[in-house]
Amino acid sequence: MKGIVIKYSDENINTDLIIPARYLNKSEPEYLAEHCFEDFDYKFKEKREKLNATILIAGKNFGSGSSREHAPIAIKASGIDCVIAPTFARIFFRNSINIGLTLIEFDGIENLKDGDVLEIDFDTGSLKNISINQIFEIKKIPKFLQDIIASEGLVNYAKNLLRE
Amino acid sequence: MPSTITEKILAAHCDKKEVSPGDFILANLDGCLGNDITAPIAIKEFYKVIHGTKKGVFDRDKIILLPDHFTPNKDVASAIQCQVLKEFSKKYQLTHYYEVGRCGIEHCFIPEQGLIVPGDLFIGADSHTCTYGAIGAFSTGVGSTDLGVSMALGKTWLKVPETIKFVYSGKLKNWVLGKDLILYTIGQIGVDGATYKAMEFTGVVIKNISMASRFTICNMAIEAGGKNGIIESDEKTIEYIEKRTSRPLKVYKSDKNAEFSEIIEFDCDKIEPQVAFPHLPENSKPISEAEGMEISIDQAVIGSCTNGRLEDLRIAAKVLKNQKVNSHVRCIIIPGTPQIFLNALKEGLIEIFLNAGGIVSPPTCGPCLGGHMGILGAGEKAISTTNRNFMGRMGHVESEVYLSNPAIAAASAIEGNICSPESVLKN
Repeated sequence: MKGIVIKYSDENINTDLIIPARYLNKSEPEYLAEHCFEDFDYKFKEKREKLNATILIAGKNFGSGSSREHAPIAIKASGIDCVIAPTFARIFFRNSINIGLTLIEFDGIENLKDGDVLEIDFDTGSLKNISINQIFEIKKIPKFLQDIIASEGLVNYAKNLLRE
Repeated sequence: MPSTITEKILAAHCDKKEVSPGDFILANLDGCLGNDITAPIAIKEFYKVIHGTKKGVFDRDKIILLPDHFTPNKDVASAIQCQVLKEFSKKYQLTHYYEVGRCGIEHCFIPEQGLIVPGDLFIGADSHTCTYGAIGAFSTGVGSTDLGVSMALGKTWLKVPETIKFVYSGKLKNWVLGKDLILYTIGQIGVDGATYKAMEFTGVVIKNISMASRFTICNMAIEAGGKNGIIESDEKTIEYIEKRTSRPLKVYKSDKNAEFSEIIEFDCDKIEPQVAFPHLPENSKPISEAEGMEISIDQAVIGSCTNGRLEDLRIAAKVLKNQKVNSHVRCIIIPGTPQIFLNALKEGLIEIFLNAGGIVSPPTCGPCLGGHMGILGAGEKAISTTNRNFMGRMGHVESEVYLSNPAIAAASAIEGNICSPESVLKN
């Protein structure tokens, strides 16, 4: 996977900040994307488009709070394919895996900044910051979760189970 | 191998003799839950899973759909989401679908109705599903896709968590409730202090507190990032649950030499009632410190899946009896279920609230997540017995939420400032 970075160093960016509850009366991805990060940084959309970013970098405990799947849906529909943070809140983590939004746990986010171009190799567990020509190690994804990701999300994984 | 309660319940639900932290399992479910916000997406995903097969839901008795968040419907879009739940429930003849009037706030309602028993494995597409650990069940919050898949398979994937053991010793001070213990705990370990982990609450204090306080404690395990909260079942648990269901229960206890990732002990003699300041539940301070800061409030909310039980309303009524809510404060009381509402009415609590100038709402999550029935304007401050005080959680992004127990919320409503019930009752 290859892409450009948009970064917020803040810790504990919660699901209310990702998608405020006032927009949970609908669940269409495009609608949710319109309001993604609205109360956190209302210029997110504009900033992401300007950078042409597809990789979001954030501080620890990203996605804490409610179980709303609307949060990873909103992020994905905003054009983000991958979120990198030191740690993720657990429901957000499983929701993202389940819908096919890639998450990477990585301690060294200080080495990444807005506009950096990254190349991620999941097989070797490496993250290359092409802009500064540095390679970092990332946590490998457990086999069980890789199988869900390989099925392109939990729904397909479950389909196979149901037909067994 | 010696195991914790959490490990034992998980092993029993995937036909294994034992499981270890870090193992991934496909666990059989005793029940699953969705609400008006999370179920519409789950239902969409459910149909994708069963598409092309002749299958339906895995068990019509084990799926609970409760429209409780934006109900009674706050707008057209919310009404449409609720219609999705109703149609699905009709189509698959779900036993546990509850309309407004019979529906309560899910985490008050499900234990009250005996829909979960000790030893169960339960998931809910709502983060506060961890509440039912209070009756010795493994229960955890998941997302909509998880729920959709579970409704088809009757199974869910789980990673076996490590367990942190919390030991509460000593004697509780006046006005200290389960809410204060959990706010204090989160204050000590932080909002990610238990991320991915089970939180097992033990000690003489946990033995002695009420079921309501135990529900409150487990309810907020998620606010420390926990996967589940859990309390060993005892006589109190059995007494609570036996009259509500005929289902067999299974009591699990952690083995003496079970492995905990950490053991954290608290001396409760030193714990005052707590107030969690904006914008994180970990920002807890003792009431003596908070009171000195003279924080004026515009609204007090007493209710929610955290503190909407009868005992909570009794405590609020004890403080509000023969008192008046400050003329510039809105005091909103939300009984968690119709049954709690009715009991509060019979006990005269509702009359106390109304005489004091408070107002009583139908059971709903409403203001807790900034949905409806008590939204804050710019710069407004609320004291609330709910569970989250994130930025903009109860309304305008520039509003503030302070979390507390029901006694402090009631006292603050009277004074108009955040204060201890002692300050109100001595006047």
